[in-house]
Amino acid sequence: MAYDYESRIRPGKLPHIWCPGCGHGIVMKGLIRAMDTLSLKKEETAIVSGIGCASRLPGYMDCCTLHTAHGRAAAFATGVKLARPEMNVILVGGDGDGTAIGGNHFIHACRRNIDMTYIIMNNYIYGMTGGQFSPATPTGHKASTTPYGNPDPAFDIVKLAIGAGATFVARGTAYHANQIDKLIAEAIQHKGFSVVEILDDCPTTYGRRNKYKSVVEMMNRLKDVAVPVKAAEKMSAEQLEGKILTGVLHKVERPEYCDEYAKVIERAGGNK
Amino acid sequence: MSEEKKLPRIEIIEKYCKGCYICVEFCPKKVLEMKGFVVSVKDLGACIKCMQCELRCPDFAIKVHAE
Repeated sequence: MAYDYESRIRPGKLPHIWCPGCGHGIVMKGLIRAMDTLSLKKEETAIVSGIGCASRLPGYMDCCTLHTAHGRAAAFATGVKLARPEMNVILVGGDGDGTAIGGNHFIHACRRNIDMTYIIMNNYIYGMTGGQFSPATPTGHKASTTPYGNPDPAFDIVKLAIGAGATFVARGTAYHANQIDKLIAEAIQHKGFSVVEILDDCPTTYGRRNKYKSVVEMMNRLKDVAVPVKAAEKMSAEQLEGKILTGVLHKVERPEYCDEYAKVIERAGGNK
Repeated sequence: MSEEKKLPRIEIIEKYCKGCYICVEFCPKKVLEMKGFVVSVKDLGACIKCMQCELRCPDFAIKVHAE
């Protein structure tokens, strides 16, 4: 039977505002399937976002949602989680929101290892504000503010998250739609700060400037560059040139922030 | 009658469709086509119920009802 996505969407909110062919809708479907897999109750799930195209996602979801200041999703979500540690807190945002404007909050949320899941939809650009380059825009690619090519090297969001101390880091793509829900479900189940980077397409502000003729061409590019992490083990360095690893790339156990904070309260003689 | 292939019902919510061509291109049997700016069913008999269109549609515009 057809999948029932509507039960997790606020009535009357569709159609969404995303452009034709934007992969954010595919990621939203993946998130809904992951929430169904884990049977998350809408009263016990909070989706927090900053500002941007991807950050519009909580507006459509029928659960506890918070649409906050640009880049500050992690800061607000930390507050939600500390006040209500039993809540499942999911953050969504784009590459610009998460790693440039919210870069500071992002790395410190990783460092604290607070039990939240951050879904970063990386479409390589600031879409909503008119296609300015972001820290994830690849070197040489064009954006509205770099019409002759971007001179900066791009962030590898996965390595950034691992370096900052996130305990679960995974990467998927909008092309591999049936993998998204599994990665997100595993990330939500992990106790600690989980980062799921989903490579996405922005046909309107990124694709047009970088000579992608269609949405389908952008999707096929994601198919061509993605290599599952298990398949990559058998490949040589030359074969992996220009490829992007997908799957669960990092998973370790470390004390979680809310638990540690509860111990601090106990040591200080609180809750009496 | 029972020998015959049971056809699915492909529901297209036209007001959600933005005409991005993802479903048309990723359908392995080329069941769908674009009519103007909205997708429509061209050849329902070829449908193998793989649900790729429903999975990939970013706009929640396609539902494949199959048993």
